Amino acid sequence: MCAAIPAEAPIRWEHFPHDADVGVRGWGPTPATAFEQAAHALTAVITNAEVRSQLAVEVKCEAPDLELLFVEWLNAIIYEMAVRKMLFGRFAVRIEDGRLEGTLWGEPVDVERHAPACEPKGATYTALKVAQSVSGFWSAACIVDV
Amino acid sequence: MRVPAVIYADEALIHDMDDKVGEQAQNVATLPGIVQASYVMPDAHCGYGFPIGEVAAFDPDHGGVVSAGGVGFDISCGVRTMLTGLSVADILPVQKALADSLFRQIPAGVGSTGSITLDANEMDAMLSGGARWAVERGWGDARDLERIEEHGIMAGAHPEYVSERAKRRQRREMGTLGSGNHYLQIQAAAEIFDPAVSQIFGLRKDDVVVTIHCGSRGLGHQIGTKFLKEMVVTAEASGIKLPDRELACAPINSEVGRRYLDAMRAAINCALANREILGHLARRVFVHFFPNGDLPLLFDVSHNTCKVERHKVDGKRRDLFVHRKGATRAFGPGHDSLPATLRGVGQPVLIGGSMGTGSYILVGEATSEAKAFSSACHGAGRALSRHAALKQWSGRKIVDDLASQGILIRSPSTRGVAEEAPGAYKDVGAVVAAAEHAGLARRVARLRPLICIKG
Repeated sequence: MCAAIPAEAPIRWEHFPHDADVGVRGWGPTPATAFEQAAHALTAVITNAEVRSQLAVEVKCEAPDLELLFVEWLNAIIYEMAVRKMLFGRFAVRIEDGRLEGTLWGEPVDVERHAPACEPKGATYTALKVAQSVSGFWSAACIVDV
Repeated sequence: MRVPAVIYADEALIHDMDDKVGEQAQNVATLPGIVQASYVMPDAHCGYGFPIGEVAAFDPDHGGVVSAGGVGFDISCGVRTMLTGLSVADILPVQKALADSLFRQIPAGVGSTGSITLDANEMDAMLSGGARWAVERGWGDARDLERIEEHGIMAGAHPEYVSERAKRRQRREMGTLGSGNHYLQIQAAAEIFDPAVSQIFGLRKDDVVVTIHCGSRGLGHQIGTKFLKEMVVTAEASGIKLPDRELACAPINSEVGRRYLDAMRAAINCALANREILGHLARRVFVHFFPNGDLPLLFDVSHNTCKVERHKVDGKRRDLFVHRKGATRAFGPGHDSLPATLRGVGQPVLIGGSMGTGSYILVGEATSEAKAFSSACHGAGRALSRHAALKQWSGRKIVDDLASQGILIRSPSTRGVAEEAPGAYKDVGAVVAAAEHAGLARRVARLRPLICIKG
C-alpha cells in the first residue's frame, strides 16, 4: 500500500483559514488514513505540545456517505475530548459499509504543559470535502467551529 | 429569492466583507416563509449557511421554516454587563490582584471544570428553569431576572428533546467560560454619547462594569450538530431545495421543527443559567476586594437565537419566528417585555469588542422594528482568520503591549491570545456607528477594557 503513495502527496495534515474558525484537512492513501490525519489537525487546533498515549478510547459512528461520516468522526472525537477532559494524539480508523470504528489514544488535559488554545466545539458541513485525487490519494476536510 | 437581501453597513465595511456574506444572505432569502427581507448587520462575516450577523423572520402560517444553522451552534451565546458602582480610581490599586483572583475563580479554557456537577434531575431542572434555576440554587440574584431576556426563563423548553450526549457534555460545564472569543472583562466607561440614557442605565464616565460573553457551552453545540444533520434529511423530504447543506431547515409546523425549537429553548435556558452563575462567581470575587460592593445587572441579552415575536409587517401585527445569528435583539422604547426603569428609553444592546479596543453599550431604537425586526449588530466581527492572526502576532507580545496600556490579560494560552489579537477584529467603532446611522440602535457609552479573562 505504502509503495503506491505518490511522493507529492505524503500522509499529512494542515489547517486552512476561515473567517472566525479554522479548517482541518488530512491526506492519506485511504479514506481511513485521511480521517486519521484530519484528527491530528483537530488536536493541533488546541495544542502544539506532545500528547501522550496513556489511555485508549473506542468510538463508533455511521452516516449515509463518506463526507457525513467524516463530520461524525470529528464530532465523536470532540465529544470524547469534552466529556473526558482529554486530548488525543494517536488515531486508528477502520471504515466498512458506511460504519466507522476508531481508536483514540491520549491523556487528560494538562493546562500547564498543553497550554490549550481554543476548544473545537463542532465539525461543520462548511468546506466539507472527502475526495480521491487522480493519483488515487484521499483528502478529507471541513471547517471546525471553535 | 423570495425577498430582498439587505445589508446595513457603510462603504468601507461592505468593501471589507467577504463576498460570501452577500451570497449567504441571498441564500437565506430563498427559504420558504421568509418575511420582508434577509437582513445583514454591519459586523457580518461568513458563517454556516446563514452569515454571522443575519436576521431572518419566518411565518409558520406561510410555510415558514426554522433552521439550526440560522441559530448557530452556540445557542443563546450572549453578553451580560453588571454595574459595580466603582470608578477606575477604585480599581487601579487592586487591578493586578483582582485579575489574578478572577482568573483563579472563573473556570476558563480547555480542560477547566466548574465546581457544579448536575445529576439527571438537576440537569432537567436547569434546562427548564434557566437563570431562575440558578438564582433558586443560590448561584445568582433574584433582582437580575427582570433584566434578562425572557425574565431569565425561556418558556416552552423541553429537556426530554435534548439528547443524553448533550446533557452528558454539559454535566460539569455550568459556570465555565469556555474559550475562543468568549471572555470576562472588567471595563471602564471611557466615553458617554447619550448622558440621559446613560443615567437611566446607571452608568457615568469612568464607572467600572463587568461584562461576560459566553453561551450554552457544549450542550448547545451538541443540539445544533444533531439537528443540523436531521434537518438535512427533513429539508429534502419536505421538498425544500437547499443551495448549501448548512442551510438545513425544517418547517416550523413539522415534528422535527417543533422538536428542535423545544430543545433549542432548553439550550437558551442553559446559556441564561450559565451567565447567571458566572456573574455570581465574579460578584464573589468583587465582594472579597470591596466588602460593601454591589453588582446589579444592567442587562443580559443573547445574539444566537430563534424567538417568537410579534412584529408589524405591512401594517399588520404578525407572530414571526425571528432568527438572530450573530445579531442582538434591540427592542426600542415602550416594549412591554422591558422592566419599568428601562421601558421609557429602550433595551440595552451590549456589543463586545476585542480585548484591546473596547466595547459599546447601545440602546434599541423605535425605528429598528421596521428596519430589521428590532435587531442590531453583536460585536466587532473578525477581519482576519485565526490562522492569519497566528502568523502575524505573538501572544506574549500582545499581553505585554496591552499591559503597558493598562489592560491586564489572563489566559492559560498565549496562542489563544494571539488568535484573538485586537488587530484580527474589525473596527468596532465603525460597526456601531453604522448600526446607529441605519437606525438599528443608538450609542450610549464606549467601554475600554481594564482586565480580560480569556479561555
